[in-house]
Amino acid sequence: MAHEIVEQNGGVDSLILLGLRTRGVPLAHRIERAIAAFEQADVPCGELDITLYRDDLLAGQVRPLQESFLPTDVTDMKVVLVDDVLFTGRTIRAALDAVMDYGRPRSIELAVLVDRGHRELPLRANYVGKNVPSSRDESVSVRVTEIDGNDEVVIMRSAEVRESRTWRSVS
Amino acid sequence: MLKTSAAVNGHVTTPSAVERHPWTGRRHVLDLDDFSRDEIEEVLRTADRMKDVLARPIRRVPSLRGRTIVNLFYEASTRTRVSFELAAKNLGADVVNIAASGSSVEKGETLLDTARTLRGLGADIMVLRHPDSGAPYTVARHTDLSVVNAGDGLHAHPTQALLDAYTIRERIGRIEGLRVLIVGDILHSRVARSNAWCLARLGADVTFCGPPALLPPTSVSDHDRAPWPARVDLHLDHAVEGVDVIMPLRVQLERQDGSRLASLRSYARDYGINRARLARAASHAIVMHPGPMNEGVEIDADVAHGDRSVVQQQVTNGVAVRMAVLYLLTAAVRAAAVTDAEEAQKPAAKSGNATNGRKA
Repeated sequence: MAHEIVEQNGGVDSLILLGLRTRGVPLAHRIERAIAAFEQADVPCGELDITLYRDDLLAGQVRPLQESFLPTDVTDMKVVLVDDVLFTGRTIRAALDAVMDYGRPRSIELAVLVDRGHRELPLRANYVGKNVPSSRDESVSVRVTEIDGNDEVVIMRSAEVRESRTWRSVS
Repeated sequence: MLKTSAAVNGHVTTPSAVERHPWTGRRHVLDLDDFSRDEIEEVLRTADRMKDVLARPIRRVPSLRGRTIVNLFYEASTRTRVSFELAAKNLGADVVNIAASGSSVEKGETLLDTARTLRGLGADIMVLRHPDSGAPYTVARHTDLSVVNAGDGLHAHPTQALLDAYTIRERIGRIEGLRVLIVGDILHSRVARSNAWCLARLGADVTFCGPPALLPPTSVSDHDRAPWPARVDLHLDHAVEGVDVIMPLRVQLERQDGSRLASLRSYARDYGINRARLARAASHAIVMHPGPMNEGVEIDADVAHGDRSVVQQQVTNGVAVRMAVLYLLTAAVRAAAVTDAEEAQKPAAKSGNATNGRKA
C-alpha cells in the first residue's frame, strides 16, 4: 500500500499522512516507516481526532476527545488519510471537514486496511488493503500490535467469533 | 445552605457493564459539590482539546450544530456572558442572549415562566445567571431544560472554578498538593465556594482569609466543620506564607450593606495583595482574579499586571473550558435520552439483533 501511495503521487513530494484515531494512527506510522525504508525519504505523519466533527454526537454516546497532531500546515499538501476500516463512510466525511478546517490541501486521498462495504455516502478509498464483504450485522474490527498487542482482523456476528484472519503487513 | 436532591443534580445512575464515561447520567451543571474528581478532570482534558481548536485558523467545529443554547442573564456580566456565547458559537450551536432588562422580565414574567417559554421556543441548554441563590435549581427541577449555572447569588459559579482549576494546572502543571489561598469577601463570594469544592476535590489545600465579618461564620467557630472544604486563617501575612496560588476576590461593593467594611483604604492595607505579600508566597506562585478588579483595593496594579498574574489567561481559558462543559453536557444528555428510549423499547424487542457496526 505504501508503494502504491508513492507511485500514484509521483514521489513523496508534498505528501502528508494523517492517521485517523484510534487505529488509523499506528497504520499511518507503519506506512511512514515503509516509505522511509524503500524511498529513504521522511514523509510527515500526523494524527487526527474527528470526534468534534461526527454526525452522531446526538446518537447517544459520550466520546472523550483525543489529541490531533499535524506536523505541518496542510495547505497545498497532498493529504493521505489512513484508517483501519471503511464502512458507512461517515467517519471519512467528518475527517474531510476536519482537514479543511486546518487549511486547503491540494488533494485528499484515502487509504484503508479493510473495506467492508455498506457505504452510506458517495465515497471510496484510493488504496485498500483488503476488501472484506460483510453483512451489516457483523462487526469488523482491526487489531494492531501497538494498541491491542497483536495484528489481526476480527469479524464477529452477534458477539460470537465466526472468523478470524491475520495479516502481518500493511505494505 | 442550599441542599439539592440527587434527582435534580444529575447522576441518575443506571448500571451498565460497558465502560462509563465520567459524565454519563449528568443533566445539569449547577455547582461542583456533586462532581466527582473524574468528571472535573474530564472537563480539563476536554478543554485542552478545545484550546487546540481555538489555536487553528478556523476556530470552530460543528459538534453542537442544530442545538440551541440560551444565555439568560439577570445580572450584569461581560466576561462570563461573552465567554459562554463564544463557546457555544465555536461549537456550532445557535445562541440566543437574553438580558433581564428589555425582556418580558420587565413586565413581571417569573423566572420559571420565562424558562418554559424559552423551552417552548426550542432551547436545549439554558445558561443562567441570577441574583437569587438556588435559582438554577428551580429551573432544573421544574422544566426539562439542561441548566448551566453561570452564577447564582451568593451560592455558586461552577464554570469560573473550572477555568481557575484549568489555569492553575496549565501554569503550575498540577493541582494535587498545591496550597491555594482565597482572600477577601468569602461571605458574598460564589467564586470562593465553587473553587473550594473544585480544588479540594482535585487534591489542593484551600485556605480562606478575610475580614472576620466577611467570612462564613461557621468556619470561624469550628474549623473542622466549615461548610466548605477549606481552612480559615484570619491573618493574611501568615496565611500567604509559601502558598502556590493567591486569589484575591473582588470587594463586591454592590453586595455590601455598609456595616461590614470599615473603609476601602483599611481593607487594602490589611487584605490587599501587593508586591511585599506576593514575595512571601512560593517563588513560582501565581495570582488569579475572577474579575472585574478593583485595582488598589484587593489587588495592587503592579501585581494585577505583573508577570505572576494569570488574569488574562483566566479570561482566555474561559472560552475553552465552557466549550468543554457545553460539549460534555450535550453529549451526556443525548446519551441519557437514547438510553431511556432503548429501555422503553426493551420489552418489545428482546436483545440479540442489535446492529454491531462499531465503526463508521
